[in-house]
Amino acid sequence: MSSSKQSLAPLGGFKALDLTGELGWLLGRILADVGVQVTKIDPPGGDLGRNMAPILEGPAGSISASWVAYNMGKSRLDLNLSTEEGRQSFLELASTADFVLESEDPGVLDGLGIGWEVLSERNPSLILTSVTPYGQAGPLAGVPASDLEIMSAGGAVWLTGDADRPPVRVTLPQSVCWAGSYAAVGTMIAHYHRQLTGKGQHVDMSAQASILRTLVHAPSFYDLLRENPIRAGGYLIGRNINGAAMRNIWPCLDGYVTWAIYGGAAGRQSNRGMVEWMDENGMAPEFLKNIDWSTFDVVTVTLAELSEMEAAIAVFLETVTKAEFLKQAQVRRMLGYVVSTAADIVADEQLEARQVWSEEFVPELGQTLRFPDGWLKIDDTRFGVASPVSGGDR
Amino acid sequence: MIVSLPERKGPLTDLHVVEFGGYGAGPAVGKCLAEHGAEVIRVESMLHLDGFRTNYPPYAGNVPGIERAAMFAITNDSKLGVSLNLKTEKGRDLARRLMERADVVVENFTPGVMDKLGLGHEVMMGLNPKLVTLSTSNQGRTGPQANRAGFGSHLTSLSGFTELTGWPDRQPALLWGPYIDYIAVAYGVVAVLAALEQVRRTEVGCHVDLSQYETGVQCMAPALVRYFANGEVMGRKGNRDPNAVPHGVFPCAGEQRWCAISVHDDAEWNRFVLEVGEPWVKEPEFSTVAGRRDNEDQLEALIAGWTSNKPREDVVERMRKAGVHAAPVNDMGDVYSDPQLVYRNAFQRVDHPHMGEHAVPGPSYILSETPGRVVSAAPTVGQHNEAVLCGILGLSKVEFEELQLSEVLK
Repeated sequence: MSSSKQSLAPLGGFKALDLTGELGWLLGRILADVGVQVTKIDPPGGDLGRNMAPILEGPAGSISASWVAYNMGKSRLDLNLSTEEGRQSFLELASTADFVLESEDPGVLDGLGIGWEVLSERNPSLILTSVTPYGQAGPLAGVPASDLEIMSAGGAVWLTGDADRPPVRVTLPQSVCWAGSYAAVGTMIAHYHRQLTGKGQHVDMSAQASILRTLVHAPSFYDLLRENPIRAGGYLIGRNINGAAMRNIWPCLDGYVTWAIYGGAAGRQSNRGMVEWMDENGMAPEFLKNIDWSTFDVVTVTLAELSEMEAAIAVFLETVTKAEFLKQAQVRRMLGYVVSTAADIVADEQLEARQVWSEEFVPELGQTLRFPDGWLKIDDTRFGVASPVSGGDR
Repeated sequence: MIVSLPERKGPLTDLHVVEFGGYGAGPAVGKCLAEHGAEVIRVESMLHLDGFRTNYPPYAGNVPGIERAAMFAITNDSKLGVSLNLKTEKGRDLARRLMERADVVVENFTPGVMDKLGLGHEVMMGLNPKLVTLSTSNQGRTGPQANRAGFGSHLTSLSGFTELTGWPDRQPALLWGPYIDYIAVAYGVVAVLAALEQVRRTEVGCHVDLSQYETGVQCMAPALVRYFANGEVMGRKGNRDPNAVPHGVFPCAGEQRWCAISVHDDAEWNRFVLEVGEPWVKEPEFSTVAGRRDNEDQLEALIAGWTSNKPREDVVERMRKAGVHAAPVNDMGDVYSDPQLVYRNAFQRVDHPHMGEHAVPGPSYILSETPGRVVSAAPTVGQHNEAVLCGILGLSKVEFEELQLSEVLK
């Protein structure tokens, strides 16, 4: 960790104790990203999450990929909180800390004698953030849930997957990101309040509730119209009053691209750009060329009209590569991108130019590992928890 | 009479925010702040309406209309609405006066648009040297793709989520809506509040350049470090998981009723076996993790056979009681009646002058001393023009009436 950079970061000088497991790792990582000095407190022998698949293999050993990704930039301390000595050490640290982060089942910290009442009495300006699947209280508080159950109970699974198979989650667990990032929001709001009043508080984060954000307007269909939008594979639904689905994922020569027939001024330009590109390659049928995009309305177009248009576009896109599509999309102001794999993302020129990658030696692996670091760019400074890979706009 | 402004309570009541732009990634930042008491003034124009008003069903009563769009209503609750035509000098002047008294300006126009309007970051700093400005854009304001416009649903694919969603033998499946926008919103709010801390210390304002793509990449980090460490490119695997088996979504009695069940170790498997009690579940090939993994297709089919004639609630209840991970796959109606979401008041109801009563998702975090809440329905276009321009900026009634007859408030 480059401590000099962190001390200049917006929250440089603030301290957090991070007791979290998987569900809370990203919360501490985001606080570290904005400058908080985060100490990850593990039981003797280390966090069990270090063994969670997928596992990275290095010359000196192996470690969980998620563990590495979301605990970069934190310092480490082993404390046995089941002993009186461990608890006393923790309480001493907490009396001068600004944040305590945890993700135990509700009541566990209280049972250990280090819960909110004890902590806030000793340190009234402390902020305690608890990240759990369902929250601190209520009918499901304490019910176990992993990513699959959180994404299901939060409604995200319902909306995703192919119509003829069961609904699916994202293969790489995402509830940790939603819970962790929105827990950081709640924690920072509490921090703002503390700076004004000197008073800390307990932030109760529900992972299930955080997933509601991913549903965007889907629940509104039920609220307003008693409609229940459902998974549609690679098609976009909820843009059209006739219930027409718009194709959004298209096979191309070397993978998939994403593009859709859209409305609005930008959408019209995007639609026009696609047809012009097709026409230059002799692949735009007459009916497509004859559409008046200035009056085309994506909200009211019929399914039959859409299907005819999309069939012609699909034939064309199968003849182009991802790189060609990205280039033409930029030139022709078409709204679309490629469906990236991990290999595409690490090779992306924009991320490279913006110095997103850092490197850090991972002792468990015995090697230096590259990872996505600073997302916070203020004026000309990009903050992060490690050294950037190379010179650039940092 | 000036329309009275809703009372503001909460930890952010001294914070004044002005927003320019549209859709999700910018305005949802203001929503988070407004729900905790910030005064958030959403600047719009009738001449360049927010796409969330015009291009996104559902509309109340299924009748399209700019004041009937749920997408705008659930993204802009708790704010004040002002209509300013930024193509007019007077409109820009009023925008500058709002910036002068603001702590934060949020904008998500395509990069360059604020500069072209003469309202870029340098201009704002000149007006108000302690201002925090947040520009949130698809790919950030520097680099070869800096000025690229795009929608969240596409950026979700660029960031890697789509490739990892769906079945290995099928095309990738889409995530609903502008998924990535709302990741960038969380990072955006954190960035704004962190920048305000910096201003508190330095007394100098600053500009945050947030790339939505980069925030999405944060959520892909485990897949990316895996590629860097071992050259492995992750693929989509339906509902399979390397840490749990079985790990799937299974059909229950009725139309499109599904439950999620996952088993994370042998002890949990033994509890599952005891609860199910059928001969098939006791077969020796399923008694070890390796055995369940080797026979996962068969195991999933047997579990699906067992769940498919039982009500979803019964399966979930039995599993939970037995100490097995389980949850209903809540549909878009279920999320309103889920007992835990109801307990947390996850959706709050507001009365909108054109839409009637409707639901708005509130904060997912509850602050013990200063909980947030949905304060008011989203503003209609220009709803608070008089309250803001006269009540806050101090324009006279005569000046305001003149503006109303001009192009400035369009």
